[in-house]
Amino acid sequence: MFIAAILAILVVMGLALARALLGPTEYDRILAVNMFGTQTTLFICVIGYLTDRPAFTDIALVYALVNFVGTIAVLRYYEYSEPNQDPIED
Amino acid sequence: MMLTIIDLTLLFFLVVIAIAVVRIKDLFAATMLLGIYSLLSASIFVTLDAVDVAFTEASVGAGISTILALSTLSLTARIEKGHPGPTWIPILVCAVTGLTLIYATFDMPWFGDPDAPIHQHVAPHYLEASAEEIDIPNVVTSVLASYRGFDTFGETVVVFTALVAVLLLLGGRKGEDNESNQNKDEGGAS
Repeated sequence: MFIAAILAILVVMGLALARALLGPTEYDRILAVNMFGTQTTLFICVIGYLTDRPAFTDIALVYALVNFVGTIAVLRYYEYSEPNQDPIED
Repeated sequence: MMLTIIDLTLLFFLVVIAIAVVRIKDLFAATMLLGIYSLLSASIFVTLDAVDVAFTEASVGAGISTILALSTLSLTARIEKGHPGPTWIPILVCAVTGLTLIYATFDMPWFGDPDAPIHQHVAPHYLEASAEEIDIPNVVTSVLASYRGFDTFGETVVVFTALVAVLLLLGGRKGEDNESNQNKDEGGAS
């Protein structure tokens, strides 16, 4: 069962990666990174149970927190730096 | 067998991202891809049982480095310019360095070798004498907090610096106003 779960997680990781590579807009890429962080959290949980080390679940929780803070920081960057972009790009 | 498939898949993703980061011209997309790269490296470290290294990789690589790269991007242009001059010199330097590093790994002990120096030098002493010398039942804790106290202190300083950087970046409107005023002043001077 855990093997099926981890294969599914790897497939979804691939899909999120494809979105990050192809993504036409910035928000696609931000969402892909956020999605990938969630997949990493799930991956660590499942691999903990697959290798009989359920204590990995605690580490996965911390990953979820780091992922959340990272996404907030990226979005803050967008909120603050969007008006300044036009003169810089010229 | 299963773990081999997982490792190969993760390493394949890693190679795909590395090539994409080199090829892509949009630096914001490259920053996002590097965040994914770091999360993938963390997953690989977890499969190698190096959970602490994985956590450092995730917090520094996906967290702090992304924020630093984004704040750099807000000061410079977003699209990478073409490379002037020949490209074969950097490729040659990278290839020679890489081959040297691969050659250096031939002298290293095999992965998980119990006769490796790291398992022979001080580890037996830590395992035997930790209870008497430090009086902490958990050997990992005594190594982290006492035998390698200075190392842990350095890591704590790094984490504290990261916290200060995040607070500065996410801080209130006050700093933002000062920054925009500075930008105006620079614009007037030029």
